[in-house]
Amino acid sequence: MIKKLMESIRQYKKASILAPILVLVEVAMEIIIPLVMAELIDKGIDQGHMPSVIKFGIILLVAAMISLLFGALAGKYAAIASSGFARNLRHDMYYKIQEYSFANIDKFSTASIVTRLTTDVTNLQMAYQMIIRMAVRCPFMLIFALVASFGIDANLSFVFLAAIPILGFGLLFIANHVHPIFERVFRTYDKLNRVVQENLRGIRVVKSFTREDHEIEKFENISQTIYKDFSKAEKTLAFNMPLMQFSMYACMLIVSWLGARAIVACGGDAALGLSTGEFMSLITYATQILMSLMAVSMVFVMIIISRASAERIHEILVEESTLHNCENPVHEVKDGSISFENVTFSYSEKNEKPVLDHINLKILSGQTIGILGGTGSSKSSLVQLIPRLYDVTEGRVTVGGVDVREYDIESLRNQVAMVLQKNELFSGTIKENLRWGNENATDKEILHACQLACADEFVSSFPQGYDTYIEQGGTNVSGGQKQRLCIARALLKKPKILILDDSTSAVDTKTDALIRKAFRDEIPDTTKIIIAQRVSSVQDADQILVMDDGKLAACGTHEELLQSCKIYQEVYYSQNKGGAQNE
Amino acid sequence: MNKSPKTPGPAAMPANGRRFKPGTIRRLLSYLGAYRIPLILVVVCILISAGASVASALFIQTLIDDFITPMLLNQSSDFSELLKAITTMGCIFAAGILATLIYNRMMAVIAQGTLKDIRDAMFSKMQKLPIRYFDTHTHGDIMSHYTNDTDTLRQMISQSIPQAFSSCVTILAVFCSMLYLSFWLTLFVLLAVVFILRAIKKIAGKSSTYFMKQQESLGTVNGFIEEMINGQKVVKVFCHEERAKEDFDKVNDELCECATAANIYANILMPIMNNIGYILYVLLAVLGGAMAIAGITNFSLAGAGTLTLGTIASFLTLSRNFVNPIAQVSQQLTSVITALAGASRIFELMDEEPEADNGYVTLVNAKYDKNGELTECDHSTSMWAWKHPHHDGTVTYTKLEGNVVLDHVDFGYVPDKIVLHDISLYAEPGQKIAFVGSTGAGKTTITNLINRFYDIADGKIRYDGININKIKKDDLRRSLGVVLQDVNLFTGTVMENIRYGRLDATDEECITAAKLANADKFIRMLPQGYNTVLEGDGSGLSQGQRQLISIARAAVADPPVMILDEATSSIDTRTETIVQSGMDALMYGRTVFVIAHRLSTVQNSDVIMVLDHGRIIERGSHNDLIAQKGRYYALYTGAFELE
Repeated sequence: MIKKLMESIRQYKKASILAPILVLVEVAMEIIIPLVMAELIDKGIDQGHMPSVIKFGIILLVAAMISLLFGALAGKYAAIASSGFARNLRHDMYYKIQEYSFANIDKFSTASIVTRLTTDVTNLQMAYQMIIRMAVRCPFMLIFALVASFGIDANLSFVFLAAIPILGFGLLFIANHVHPIFERVFRTYDKLNRVVQENLRGIRVVKSFTREDHEIEKFENISQTIYKDFSKAEKTLAFNMPLMQFSMYACMLIVSWLGARAIVACGGDAALGLSTGEFMSLITYATQILMSLMAVSMVFVMIIISRASAERIHEILVEESTLHNCENPVHEVKDGSISFENVTFSYSEKNEKPVLDHINLKILSGQTIGILGGTGSSKSSLVQLIPRLYDVTEGRVTVGGVDVREYDIESLRNQVAMVLQKNELFSGTIKENLRWGNENATDKEILHACQLACADEFVSSFPQGYDTYIEQGGTNVSGGQKQRLCIARALLKKPKILILDDSTSAVDTKTDALIRKAFRDEIPDTTKIIIAQRVSSVQDADQILVMDDGKLAACGTHEELLQSCKIYQEVYYSQNKGGAQNE
Repeated sequence: MNKSPKTPGPAAMPANGRRFKPGTIRRLLSYLGAYRIPLILVVVCILISAGASVASALFIQTLIDDFITPMLLNQSSDFSELLKAITTMGCIFAAGILATLIYNRMMAVIAQGTLKDIRDAMFSKMQKLPIRYFDTHTHGDIMSHYTNDTDTLRQMISQSIPQAFSSCVTILAVFCSMLYLSFWLTLFVLLAVVFILRAIKKIAGKSSTYFMKQQESLGTVNGFIEEMINGQKVVKVFCHEERAKEDFDKVNDELCECATAANIYANILMPIMNNIGYILYVLLAVLGGAMAIAGITNFSLAGAGTLTLGTIASFLTLSRNFVNPIAQVSQQLTSVITALAGASRIFELMDEEPEADNGYVTLVNAKYDKNGELTECDHSTSMWAWKHPHHDGTVTYTKLEGNVVLDHVDFGYVPDKIVLHDISLYAEPGQKIAFVGSTGAGKTTITNLINRFYDIADGKIRYDGININKIKKDDLRRSLGVVLQDVNLFTGTVMENIRYGRLDATDEECITAAKLANADKFIRMLPQGYNTVLEGDGSGLSQGQRQLISIARAAVADPPVMILDEATSSIDTRTETIVQSGMDALMYGRTVFVIAHRLSTVQNSDVIMVLDHGRIIERGSHNDLIAQKGRYYALYTGAFELE
């Protein structure tokens, strides 16, 4: 896992290495400075010798300046390295997510993905910064102090050594105990995010039903869970400090006891054993050892918290997209013919009843196909298999005679344009929105596409024409206008297959007919699939598919169906009551 | 209306040089105030813990002076006294360790408790904000307040505050000791401290701007991700992944820049503090030495006298002990600044103006008493009444019937752009009123005014003869059922989603409502039927199915007035006919407002209003309007284009 995460360091490797090296110099100065201080006192102040005071003072100043410079630089590079690492992590995760299929996204849920990309990355960023700043400092200080203390008295120094494994086990115990709680905490964070998100999206529903209190209660339950789990974890983490203090104080007492005996035994003669002065230094080093251990334990706490986050980030990075290109993918889509061969499909394996049930279907290139069917009869599911938004569960879907799974996904989707039921325009000018279809489209091409989609007439009536700014979500154009712009956007792709998923529902019948006429005349070679609620939108299609409950109930031309298909008859007559097709 | 995804581009960054919101610290402390008593205990524990660490410093000196040196002199080897001293120390240490444990654990709970309080307060506040607020803020950015911004407070409360407090205690103790040694040198140290504080202030000021920006950009990134992932289908269909990546890189890089700048300032603080301490040390040594040699009289708490070399040596050691805790505090500064940046954003949300609600007319259960007068009663009756208290203390009850009158109403989402002009309409109880017109015409806007999502600019809206401004918003909305075109479902079972309309509805009532909406059939086909858990806004369902559930949800609410805004647009006509008959049965005797582009949906309405550019241009029943041969006639016969 660590290896995978480390891959995201990349261009910040230099800063990540430089920071600890700079720290090394800072640490060296920090070790030298107390020695110089001791000299300054011993040789300068105690002797009342001003020149020595000045001499050591200058050395001290220089050392301090060096330490300052390197410390500051180390801090700077640590900041660059950690922020950069976080940036790359977010970048890698986001890019990875773009490869995900909807099944992958559903598995994580939007709210969870958002938490992982922000909160979890921030946790890891903080841990990373601490690690590169402390990773060198603490062991270095520790080793220096240990060596120095062993130089003074090996026997006593073993006490310090003994403290380290005790401390280590203690910390390990804490870490293991806390880790599962943190895993839970972050899962609850996802839930919290989800509730907030749903409330934001559905705020009109909440307010209309005056369910504010209900929602607040729901939220408080989750925030209570976070409170309970998090404080449980933190309460365990709180053992960290006392554990440190315990080791420190215990060492001090044992060293005092043993030290005092040793000094008395040898009569305070350094040559025979331990002197008072040496004892004092030993205590100083003891403090230093324990201080660096303390710093280590702080890093440790950060790491524990970030471990759960790191795992969550890792999950995103290693998730295999359930849709991926096969080896040697086909890049060329020959034509717009489509076939469904015994296709069965469910959104998730858990569902017993498939959404599409053994569909067999053949569509020739350039045909116009209409699809009718009741609510929930899986019309949208059927067409979503063509640009491979989902993979079939059984059977196969072919485009241009080749299984869609054998195509390069991008090449396939570039040839299959789809206008979705829930249509979205993004903030930006009309032109920018249309260029989603084709980034290099010329003004002339845009104009042409809009004429086909009957959008030009209203666009050119706007004061700013094609440069009119579309608000977020396209709220400043009407529903019908939006649909026509979306059709134009899809046309700009110059696809071999064009799918309209109930996308002329807000367009009046006359315009609807004009658009269909334009399709027939202007893009005769493109296969057109039209899902519609009204018969008039599909009645002149080459083939009309009637879907019922995930099955293909009937298939044929308008006349054939009117003769043979009961569902079709019902729909037709219910819409043509009184003879006016008026929706 | 909430349509997703929204902006692909980075949202506008607030102006540069944003500072913390004034009063942030005070408000944060007021949240901590709820834990006054535990906090006092924490302070006591910190004092004990600090005492133990001071004792440990003194102990070594005592050990040498009082035990080792005399023993060396006496050649004694009686360690019993020493053992006693060590045992005593052991007890002191144990107390210290215990105190540390207690305050750390208590702070953990206090910190988490405070975070919970803040989150809850924020959410409650958010529920009170007007629709306008949600129109103008990206969802992900608001979400960021609950996670990223609130998280910044965690470290500050659980670690920085106790650390700062214990450092202050140490600083104070050392300061007294310094005064005990020398006034002059202490004065000098004080000067140095002033200098250090100014340096801290400067750096902290610089980094606070960047931390503020970091939190803002984190919100932007959060918003961007949320929108893009919700709109993933559009992105995929257009192979727009590359552009989506580019746009993401832009906001991501911006966040990285802010984070780097903020952390650089924070990281260099520590080395600066440390080394200023060393410089101070040298200066003190030189100054002290010079003073001693010049024989300047020393004043101290201990009295006046010459400055001895020993005093200077001790003073130098003390100066280290003085600067160290300051450096420690400055190390905590980063987390404090980050927290203040997060808190500023949190309090900004909390300070948003809530939905104004000056209503005092409430909705109560009612019944007729013996005299045939309408009175309030505490149990559920099938009758509701508006309780209208008057200035003179009397209370009148008006039966809730569903009479809605709009009287010369003008409205604009922004004050200088009026979208509704002089709208007047009367809806008698039980009538079905339909709005027809192109989407920009203002149909949805009218319904948004009736349930007071927005307030009108001019004119009056009366509900059963009462000006709706006088009705409490909650009660007003409770009396209106709304089915919106954009269906929003919540994570939970299908049953829970239907019950959302009325929380005390029984399972049977929910199922009846589902049958009415013709949703029962497909719900039974779901893997767990009514207990199927819907996730991600009902992503497993088709648009039409989601609309059916939302109709069932409104049906369960059983309100006297209903607003159906394109409620059946994604439902096929055959199903719609079935739903319609169910709805008609339900809505019999109630007022219904219908917005639809399908004329067949509105055909049987009592009154049809044709709207154009915010004005009512025609009104009448279907037959009236056909006879008028105006716009409606043109629409109906297909001679005129609706959109």
